[in-house]
Amino acid sequence: MSQKPTSQKRTIQFKLNGYPVSADIQAGDTLIDVLTQRFSLRGARESCGQGLCGCCTVLVDKKAISSCLYLAWFADGTEIETVEGISSGSQLDPVQQAFIDAGAFQCGFCTPGFIMMVRELLKENPDPSEEDIRHYLCGNLCRCSAYPEIIDAVKLAASRQREAATVA
Amino acid sequence: METSIAAGNIGNSIARLEARDKVTGRAEYTHHLRLPNMLYGKIFRSTVPHGLIKHIDVEAARAVPGVFRVVTIEDIRTVIPHPYYGPAFHDQPVLADGKVRFAGEPVAVVLAEDRRVAEEAMALITAEYEPLPAVYDENDAMSSKVFVHDELKPAATFPDLKHLKGRAGTNVALDYKLRHGDVDKGFEEADHIFEHTFQAQQCMHTPMEPFVTVADVVDGRATLHTASQGPSFVRIEIARLLGWPENRVRVRAPFLGGGFGGKLYIKLEALTTALSLLVQRPVKISLTMEEQFFMITRHACTFTIKSGVTSQGKVIARKCRVVWNGGAYADIGPRVTQKAGLTSAGPYDIDNVWVDSYAVYTNRPPAGALRGFGAPQTAWAYECHTDMIAKAMGIDPIAFRRLNLLRNGRPHPSGTLLTDAALDQVIDRLAARLDWDRPLDRGTGRIRRGRGIAIGFKGITAPTTSVAVVNFFADGSCNLYIGTVDMGQGSDTVMAQIAAEVLNIDATSIQVIHSDTDVTPYDMGTLGSRSTFHMGTAVRLAAEDANRKIAEFGRALGLPDGHNIPLPELFKRKYGMQAGNIIGTGSFIPNYEKPDPETGKSTKVTPFWGVGGAGAEVEVDTETGHFTIKKLVNVADIGVAINPKMATMQLSGAGIMQMGFTITENMVFNDGQLTNGSLADYKIPSLLDMPEEYINEYTESRQKDGPFGAKGAGEATSIALSPAIGNAIADAIGVHIPDTPITPEKVYRAWCRAQGLPEVEE
Repeated sequence: MSQKPTSQKRTIQFKLNGYPVSADIQAGDTLIDVLTQRFSLRGARESCGQGLCGCCTVLVDKKAISSCLYLAWFADGTEIETVEGISSGSQLDPVQQAFIDAGAFQCGFCTPGFIMMVRELLKENPDPSEEDIRHYLCGNLCRCSAYPEIIDAVKLAASRQREAATVA
Repeated sequence: METSIAAGNIGNSIARLEARDKVTGRAEYTHHLRLPNMLYGKIFRSTVPHGLIKHIDVEAARAVPGVFRVVTIEDIRTVIPHPYYGPAFHDQPVLADGKVRFAGEPVAVVLAEDRRVAEEAMALITAEYEPLPAVYDENDAMSSKVFVHDELKPAATFPDLKHLKGRAGTNVALDYKLRHGDVDKGFEEADHIFEHTFQAQQCMHTPMEPFVTVADVVDGRATLHTASQGPSFVRIEIARLLGWPENRVRVRAPFLGGGFGGKLYIKLEALTTALSLLVQRPVKISLTMEEQFFMITRHACTFTIKSGVTSQGKVIARKCRVVWNGGAYADIGPRVTQKAGLTSAGPYDIDNVWVDSYAVYTNRPPAGALRGFGAPQTAWAYECHTDMIAKAMGIDPIAFRRLNLLRNGRPHPSGTLLTDAALDQVIDRLAARLDWDRPLDRGTGRIRRGRGIAIGFKGITAPTTSVAVVNFFADGSCNLYIGTVDMGQGSDTVMAQIAAEVLNIDATSIQVIHSDTDVTPYDMGTLGSRSTFHMGTAVRLAAEDANRKIAEFGRALGLPDGHNIPLPELFKRKYGMQAGNIIGTGSFIPNYEKPDPETGKSTKVTPFWGVGGAGAEVEVDTETGHFTIKKLVNVADIGVAINPKMATMQLSGAGIMQMGFTITENMVFNDGQLTNGSLADYKIPSLLDMPEEYINEYTESRQKDGPFGAKGAGEATSIALSPAIGNAIADAIGVHIPDTPITPEKVYRAWCRAQGLPEVEE
């Protein structure tokens, strides 16, 4: 047989949620494969496999990407943040807390992807309008359709974030 | 009987018990599971919709380094001699058996330790088929000489299908009949006759966690970890396939990333079990999003409805002919045919009713249950029909519905009385929310506006059983063991609230043990809005049983009734240390009378009635057909809401999902080949599709025999949403679109026809 892409191997190194790690990968591996198979992380999930649903959203060098389409090879030398990296111990990230308080999920499968995107949204725009929210998050799909509650959660997180900023 | 203790758990919108696990990504789904020594299976699928398999060439796949084994039906047969499964009919082979019946049917499987290797090797398999003529349309299938199955093979689990055994030369898997009064006489006496035909399209559940099963069969024990809504049924069916007792099959289901009726009965479990048995290693199969379209879908359906109406606007006769496109394998389609057939004349008080409802096989992917068991497709027809009659008669659509409404205490055509069904209030609330008495500016130019309402109801699968166990530990803490699967509807939380209310403790202190058939007792399935009513009652009974046992415990220790010794102290006194258990059990099966097969008559055909309605306001751009849903209102009767927040979210979520089935979602086929099996081309609603104004509410009502007055909420807003939008569009443009999805193209063409404008070619 001809040389299959999977037989091309290399070792990549990157920071995962702040810690330096390395992984032996094959050329065809995507970042979601490495996160779930090599590091047994559960937060990013492959659903549509085409970058259309947002369930696999993680940050690479502070930029949100669909890890089902992102070749692991390109993660070499980057800093990767997943939902596992945004809370510390029992202390949840404010966006996570807002999702609980607004009841912004049902089955929860899409939730980590939404939370990662909402954090990006609020970094770029601390006071988003409903229209801003809808547009920014339209690449994340929720089949349980907890959309009204997700909008509530974003508004709640944004107002808490602004309050915290005022106090500080 | 209800307990008088009020612990404040009912009507309390506590957060989901598992909320933290879901926002941190820690929640357990089968999706993540990997077992030591596990193989991944990748399915090779049929490329023809109907054909005899002449040859399958697996040599190239087998030669790929890392491939453990390539499996076809011949291999499966060495471990399971009769490898056919299904809930209603044993018609579906574990892998294609000499013949394929739809494009996308599993034909072979590659097993490898590396998922990518399995994928690459699968792509090297080739198969030769001798194509057979195929039948795709449900109406063609009724009379076609092309037969999808040589003979019908009903499962023994449904005694009422026994008479179909061995029937040949037909695609009709089941015909359901409902006969009430004299429909011909009714038509004769009527002043006006209306007849219309409507169609609903095939669509798909699209759970974000695609179908996945891990099977581990070794030493006469089968353990399945599976994203299933019905672990008890999976156990029964796997035990039957293997010829083993049920106690040698263990089925676990953690959280599900959505289900919506898709993950019911038996899906990947038969294949993964057979593979694991064959290779004596754990096997995992995870479908891709595309493959989900080949697993299970919602029935396409053609519904012809004819009504006889008096000059006063009273409907006195109605005849319904509903044909359900079940695809290549029956799955639970026969039940959909019966259940939706039961209510297909609508929630109206009609003296003469005739219903024929047919499940038919075609060469399309199989269809089964999807949030409503067919009720949404039938409501699409009877509620558009209702508006068309009202308009023709010059009667306001709401007044017309009130005039004909089936009210509590009146018999449904089956003979079962309508009880605890707040249809009246649903209409009242819709009218209020839509401000119906206010005249609507419908516009006269390019932009036209319209509004519409629709109501509907459904029967609930019956008779079905739920069993629950409450287990107190010696420190006074307790676990609740239930087979209800939490797929997002919030059953863990609601069941904990019901138990906590009876036990007079805090719901969040209860640990709910997820479906594991080695541990959790039987439950028929998480389906058809049944869990809150059935399992909720079983949980209430189990908690009451535990309370009784706690009281007996005290008496045995010589304590007076009404003592206030805490439970941990009781355990210590009895056992001399922190030890022991108090176990309460509860089992529930509602009353039911099997309907007469010729007339559908029964005095108790459903445990309760599911009731919902919707209203919509739309704006149509008549130059393009593009329309906007300005306002969408859902009103449901769910009895007492145990957890109002989560109940409302069920109504809201089901409404948005149904909106997808109404305006965008459609499985498009070309010669039996699915052309849009991806989220790129099959559009489920996103945040951008949300109506501008979206309202969800439930009526002040009570299901008298439900736990604390509750009944199911999962499908109530699925039922009538499509016709509400359809009626609003018709109100805006003057004509009804007879088939879903309602696309801008269809609206534009309908407008052109209605206006006598030249039609644009397809």
